[in-house]
Amino acid sequence: MTTRAVNWRKLLRKIDDQRWELPADYKPGMRVPGLIFADERMLAAMAHEQALEQVANVACLPGIVGYSMAMPDIHWGYGFPIGGVAAMRAEDGVVSPGGVGFDINCGTRLLRSDLREEEVRPRLQELVDQLYRDIPAGVGQQAVLRLSRADIDDAAVAGAGWAVEHGYGLPEDLDVLESRGRLPGADPAEVSDRAKQRGLVQLGSLGSGNHFLEVQVVDEIFDPWAAEIMGLREPGQVLVFVHTGSRGFGHQICQDYLEVMEEASGRYGISLPDRQLACAPIRSDEGRRYLAAMACGANFAWANRQMITYWARQAFARLFQGPRAHLAVVYDVAHNIAKLERHRWEGREVTVCVHRKGATRAFPPGHPEVPAVYHGIGQPVLVPGDMGRYSYVCVGTDRAMAETWGSTCHGAGRVLSRNQAKRALRGVDLVARMRAQGILVRAQNRSLLAEEASEAYKDVADVVQVLERAGISRRIVRTRPIGVIKG
Amino acid sequence: MAAGREPPFEILEHTADVGVVARGRSLAEAFANAAAGMFSIMTDLDRVQEHDGTDVSVRGRDVEHLLVRWLSELLYHFETDRMLYRRFTIQRITATELEASALGERYAPERHEIRTPIKAVTYHQLEVKREDGGARVRVIFDI
Repeated sequence: MTTRAVNWRKLLRKIDDQRWELPADYKPGMRVPGLIFADERMLAAMAHEQALEQVANVACLPGIVGYSMAMPDIHWGYGFPIGGVAAMRAEDGVVSPGGVGFDINCGTRLLRSDLREEEVRPRLQELVDQLYRDIPAGVGQQAVLRLSRADIDDAAVAGAGWAVEHGYGLPEDLDVLESRGRLPGADPAEVSDRAKQRGLVQLGSLGSGNHFLEVQVVDEIFDPWAAEIMGLREPGQVLVFVHTGSRGFGHQICQDYLEVMEEASGRYGISLPDRQLACAPIRSDEGRRYLAAMACGANFAWANRQMITYWARQAFARLFQGPRAHLAVVYDVAHNIAKLERHRWEGREVTVCVHRKGATRAFPPGHPEVPAVYHGIGQPVLVPGDMGRYSYVCVGTDRAMAETWGSTCHGAGRVLSRNQAKRALRGVDLVARMRAQGILVRAQNRSLLAEEASEAYKDVADVVQVLERAGISRRIVRTRPIGVIKG
Repeated sequence: MAAGREPPFEILEHTADVGVVARGRSLAEAFANAAAGMFSIMTDLDRVQEHDGTDVSVRGRDVEHLLVRWLSELLYHFETDRMLYRRFTIQRITATELEASALGERYAPERHEIRTPIKAVTYHQLEVKREDGGARVRVIFDI
């Protein structure tokens, strides 16, 4: 891919050690400046990609307020960069499927047990095998469950609650999910038959690529008080971390609406620097229909993570007895979503459509959308790292609310392409290497494994640290994997 | 250089994704080669037999859109019917319509490996170009 040589370092205005402004005069059509969260070293890495150009492109969209923002894990995406945050005014702004991404409500969920690493270690292989058997990968498989179209419609409306009603989990699980696992306004009539057909065979499956289920342990606690409130009590406590989304259902919704929006953009006279930024006014028929379909995709993903939770619980219960083996939900967050939210902007309450594409909501302590149990500490943010190192549990802050529409990073971000990773790891037996590190891996597809190796990713520790220094999100706990299930 | 001597397709790579550049002596051949390229990313085509056929008919607003629709249609059959295809015959193609058939077989885990499942066909850097003595297309996939 060709990249126009741009000296970003010269163009960006340093605000402080973690903040860089891309002035609105960088390119014609920008309505607001860009704001990039990164340290000096990360910035140098970003300069190789077109991600910063994409930050400028997003700044051109009608109704954008404040800044077109980029988190430190930003990398190139379709239209919007991954790691991008942009809020559009509800009255005259646009909504863009490219600002959400193909995998609508791709997200993460953290479960905690009261088991300790030394109890689980002797049976870890069995546990990993059991999880691998019980949790469908859903790639090239026959339908996971016998479901009807009506079931898909119901799941798309009721989200995680649909799964709980059907026996997958407990009503109290819903209390600690973003939006209680159900976005309002979902209308299955706005979702194509094709999306439903893809959803039918894939509801209740992990999927491939960077999706995973990991058995993890608490590795380090940064804030014991906040960690205690999340039930994360001491190093060695066994957890389960799930990363998956809306599978083919969400992909098809995105694909369908990219077409609708491309046509609509022309009709509404919106000039776009990139075809993948296709969008329509939030208040238009197309905008309303996309948001109704996107909510279906989001709810499907919440139902999906709820079903996976149920199977993970079953697997644990088969091997470990007693209530200490129960997996309680810590939290569940989306990192590919657009939501109509109330925020304060220039001293006024405004309604904006916040696009978070590869970015996580990070609401502060006391916010009404934060579950009561977390009111004192802020909304938990679950940031997956790579499968060989660690992940983080953070919380949102008041400063995030004031500056980033209550948003933070979502992960590590790739540094090597999939083929580069394969080449770099040629001849390396990754399963053996991870075993030597104390991590057991089961993957449906071994050749995909190299693509997900630590070498392929940025160090997520750097990403969360920059945001902590910037005051956007605080680290509470670091976790490390001991068992990895990949689709 | 005769277009026929060029490889039918090349795989492109990108930090998070992967794509195909396909050539052909005609637009039909370039479209067929793009489909072969797409399935070659997903699986080893040498191990796919030509047992089953699927007829495909799609429309697009323009020729680029037609390419996205064509490949998306094949992906849909992979996801919902688990079909892996290796041979593509385009019976009719205009700038906005295509009729084709695809030959392959149903995925069988004991014989086929899904290397990289493709999840979507994107508009990013999408290109359909008529060249001297043929056509060249470029498409990037979300994986």
